[in-house]
Amino acid sequence: MNHLLVPLAIPLATEPGNRTLTISLFTAVVAVTLYITWWASRQNKTAADYYAGGRSFSGAQNGLAVAGDYMSAASFLGISGQIALYGYDGFLYSIGFLVAWLVALLLVAELLRNSGRFTMADQLAFRMKQRPVRTAAATSTIVVSIFYLLAQMVGAGSLVGLLLGVKSEGLKAAVIVLVGALMIVYVTIGGMKGTTWVQIVKAVLLMAGTVVITFLVLLKFNFNLSDLLGSAAAKSGKGEGFLQPGLLYGKDLTGQIDFLSLGLALVLGTAGLPHILIRFYTVPDSRSARRSVQWAIGLIGAFYLMTLALGFGAAALLDTAKGSAVETSKGNVASPLLAEAVGGGAGSTGGAILLALIAAVAFATILAVVAGLTLTSASSFAHDLYANVISKTKPTEKQELRVARFAAIGIGAVAIGLAIPAQKLNIAFLVALAFAVAASANLPALLFNLFWKRFNTSGAVWSIYGGLSSAVVLVVFSPVVSGNGDKSMITGADFHWFPLSNPGIVSIPLGFLFGVLGTYLGRDKSSETRYSELSVRALTGAGAEGAAKH
Amino acid sequence: MDEEVVRERDARAYEAVHDAADFKELKRRYKNFVVPWTIAFMAWYLAYVACNNWARGFMDHRIGGSHINVALIFGLLQFVSTFAIAALYGRFANRKLDPLAHGLNAKYKRERRR
Repeated sequence: MNHLLVPLAIPLATEPGNRTLTISLFTAVVAVTLYITWWASRQNKTAADYYAGGRSFSGAQNGLAVAGDYMSAASFLGISGQIALYGYDGFLYSIGFLVAWLVALLLVAELLRNSGRFTMADQLAFRMKQRPVRTAAATSTIVVSIFYLLAQMVGAGSLVGLLLGVKSEGLKAAVIVLVGALMIVYVTIGGMKGTTWVQIVKAVLLMAGTVVITFLVLLKFNFNLSDLLGSAAAKSGKGEGFLQPGLLYGKDLTGQIDFLSLGLALVLGTAGLPHILIRFYTVPDSRSARRSVQWAIGLIGAFYLMTLALGFGAAALLDTAKGSAVETSKGNVASPLLAEAVGGGAGSTGGAILLALIAAVAFATILAVVAGLTLTSASSFAHDLYANVISKTKPTEKQELRVARFAAIGIGAVAIGLAIPAQKLNIAFLVALAFAVAASANLPALLFNLFWKRFNTSGAVWSIYGGLSSAVVLVVFSPVVSGNGDKSMITGADFHWFPLSNPGIVSIPLGFLFGVLGTYLGRDKSSETRYSELSVRALTGAGAEGAAKH
Repeated sequence: MDEEVVRERDARAYEAVHDAADFKELKRRYKNFVVPWTIAFMAWYLAYVACNNWARGFMDHRIGGSHINVALIFGLLQFVSTFAIAALYGRFANRKLDPLAHGLNAKYKRERRR
């Protein structure tokens, strides 16, 4: 999954008929999502509608949307591809991604739902000084979302080229512009309601597609897991080692500490990802927020279990040797090619249909995730920065929403502008970095605010800026940026001094430490007075924002 | 009504709920559930990560001559424990937290009307 974003193209749908089918399905995905957006736009009236979908989604609906927001193309194609190439170790990302939801369920989702309104900053601003806290939280929200967005958009460029079988730099750039334009349309016109429904549709498509392929793979092995694993191990040429830890992570002590560091960032990052946090505002009460996370855990867990069958199925049924399509695409075409293989093989109608379906699912997946990220940054810009910091007077709801829409266009344009040149760079580390920043900057501030009475404005500001900058600085001076040959973002230079690729093991404790230091150095005790209010509101929902009434 | 007056009235209502015995009980129940379970699942997850790094011999052990090994079972158990804790918390919150929270929420509304 770390390698999802390497630009390349292997002709998959070279048959003209196949390509027409794939393009038709892509067009259908775009048409359906645009229809949803148009429909949603007619229901958007207030700020609560635009930012939080009127808080009227049910737990199950929001659970699907959370799953749709969370499972990126990197998890869909990347994890199964990594399993296909590296066996057991490819599976490890998904476990951190899943267990992380318990942090969200037990410590964050419901309390945030009750004490915030539209953005992550709302919850901090409840008992802190508005301007510094909102500026810090908005900075971190926008930085995390842009990192994640860039990774998704560069991935989209190479992926669509890959799925259509076109090997042109121009096409990749065109795809990035198209994806960027679509996400701007979803967000400016559909707001949270439109984005949520796009994510729900995507989650249903993704689950359905994965169930079908998993069933067909297991059918080939008579539902015998041991046989599937055995065939994969034999075909991989690595024997039982393919099913054991060690092919990808922890080769030496540095690698082992790096893996621990990655594990920490994955498990603690999810509950600090702004685009996940704002999803909890779309439900009417804390009970539905709880149901959302339970649904999300069920869906995401089931999905990752199925990627196990997809990955080992691809290893057993496809050519994954050096120079093969799966190997040269770093595993990204494993799932689509597996779909073709279990559908009847290359050249068969069944194979062509399944291949095109999975390609369309991957496309829908990209669109839903980038829309969620753009909405998150635009909301934070308008609601936190514009309304509470930049504007001298309190803007009206209408003015604030207009700014949110313009911010979505601006963020979309920036993302397109950065993604096109970034295609040539190896920026796969950005997803892991987004998790590390979320865990180092956002999670300490959120948890301290909820559970530590003494926590104050300077503590919040210190933990956010301190966690954010330590994660980013450590990565800049790590082997993922320089000094690791072709695998680094900048080849031909070496200015790294931090040995690990994942900063979490250092930056997460630093984020918490900065929070404590800032609190005591700040000395300000005014935020203690509203702590009892915050805790009553967070735990009981008293005075919390309810569902919008139309 | 004046904004300042509303603020003060709300603050008094929150204070009243905060001082209620039921609120202290709600807080106690919540903490008594989430603190030990958070420690438990984090320790269990980190144990899994650590075994992948430093207990390879144990993880490589095959079960009953099949291709399924301890590493895979340990990984699958992380899924099982996540599903189980999520279900357990849901049950606990529905039964032990929600009734208290609803009562306190009603108290807040009554206090605001005074």
